[in-house]
Amino acid sequence: MALANLFKRKASGPPASGRADRGLLVFEHTSEVIRAERLLKESGREIRVMGPPPEIQRGCDLVVEFPLMEKLDILRILDEAGTAPLESVPVTGPLLSPVDLFQVKDFGDHLMVRAANMKLTVDKKTRTIVNVSGGGCPDVPYIAARLIGRTLDEAPAPREIGHTLCGYALELAHAEMVRLCSS
Amino acid sequence: MLIVVGTIPDPAVPVLDALAEVAGDGLTVGGRALAPDRGTPALLAAAAVTCDFLGANPPHALLAGDEGLGNGSRELYRRLVEVLPARRCAVLAFHYLQPDVDWHNRVLMAAQSMAGPPALVADAGFMYAAKMSGYAGEYALFTPDAGELAFLADEAAPHPFYTRGFILQDEDRVPELINRAYDHDNAARCLLVKGRVDRVADRTGVLAEVTKPSVEAMEAMGGTGDTVTGMACALMAAGLSAPKAAHVAAQANRYAGEAARPTPASQIGELIPHIPQALSRAMGEIL
Repeated sequence: MALANLFKRKASGPPASGRADRGLLVFEHTSEVIRAERLLKESGREIRVMGPPPEIQRGCDLVVEFPLMEKLDILRILDEAGTAPLESVPVTGPLLSPVDLFQVKDFGDHLMVRAANMKLTVDKKTRTIVNVSGGGCPDVPYIAARLIGRTLDEAPAPREIGHTLCGYALELAHAEMVRLCSS
Repeated sequence: MLIVVGTIPDPAVPVLDALAEVAGDGLTVGGRALAPDRGTPALLAAAAVTCDFLGANPPHALLAGDEGLGNGSRELYRRLVEVLPARRCAVLAFHYLQPDVDWHNRVLMAAQSMAGPPALVADAGFMYAAKMSGYAGEYALFTPDAGELAFLADEAAPHPFYTRGFILQDEDRVPELINRAYDHDNAARCLLVKGRVDRVADRTGVLAEVTKPSVEAMEAMGGTGDTVTGMACALMAAGLSAPKAAHVAAQANRYAGEAARPTPASQIGELIPHIPQALSRAMGEIL
């Protein structure tokens, strides 16, 4: 019965788009789109070139659709090749902005910064990262294992070792923590 | 029986399809030792301890190594589509997996074709995919924190990273966000929203709240949400309804946290040994 329900709902169209987990890379020139397409396809990414939605048309008539969850890894590939996009946006909400508000909690000896679904906690005296919490993408445990126990100066930035949107959110929390601990 | 699906942060680990057992401080899956320090191993350890406390069979794990590139998740998705239709379990829980709507839908169809079919639980990355797919209502339980609830409540957001500022996580607005998530059909049939106040809810509203003991340091600890979900899954597999299981798990997690006397620097492994006693106390009070 449940399977039949699933097919029935599919037939009438699911409430969310099947492309809800895709993002768009916006470039200044079409030549950069073509270069990005080659770079990303060579790296094994599932991407495609298409026309932009009206909300983000910038005079360039092409954008690159990519797996949104792999944003951090894809931006790193393009940045290292000198082909960074002007911006990257979700397909389903091209005007949505990434979270840019931080929640900061002072535990006394420890300071916690939260960005979106990610939290980073540091020992204020030693600047040692003591906990990473939240998130749901598989690089979160991977990053956490490499950050916890290291100081803010020793630990790699999440942008260097992360791959996903959760990694990106943790990068924001990390950058804010570095700023707070430097001021 | 409970089946838990998730990833571990080591790309060299192939797909594991075996029982998860806890002995002493360690977790083993098919004889391979895994540190229950966060993520799916923390969920599995809590579930295994709960199953043992209840006298039930240990959970079965379907895991793959994935450091965030998604390769292990996709390999695991392929395996699930292949093997799930012939498997049987009471509860099938999905955890840290690379969110991918297309694979989510194929796995959901395979799960729905299982005998029973099992009650489905989603947390972490697979919950993100379940919401994005539009099939959240097929799930018995989601276990979001406040930030993830804001994502469920924002019908336009493809990930918590893009949750719009106007509904950014604010614990005082949790009941309102729960209603909004249900209004847009982006919630499971039961929600356990973890936070300063843990709330169990369904489409009719908040069913139960857990506020004490308040162990402030647990907010900073990685893995506390994973242990709650692990306990809730095991309790559901033992026959409790999703709301009752969520209520008991939320209360027991606080008791275990209190007993562990954590600081913001404590690791989740310190909490797991206290789960049996915490469960005993919570079940005595709630059931």
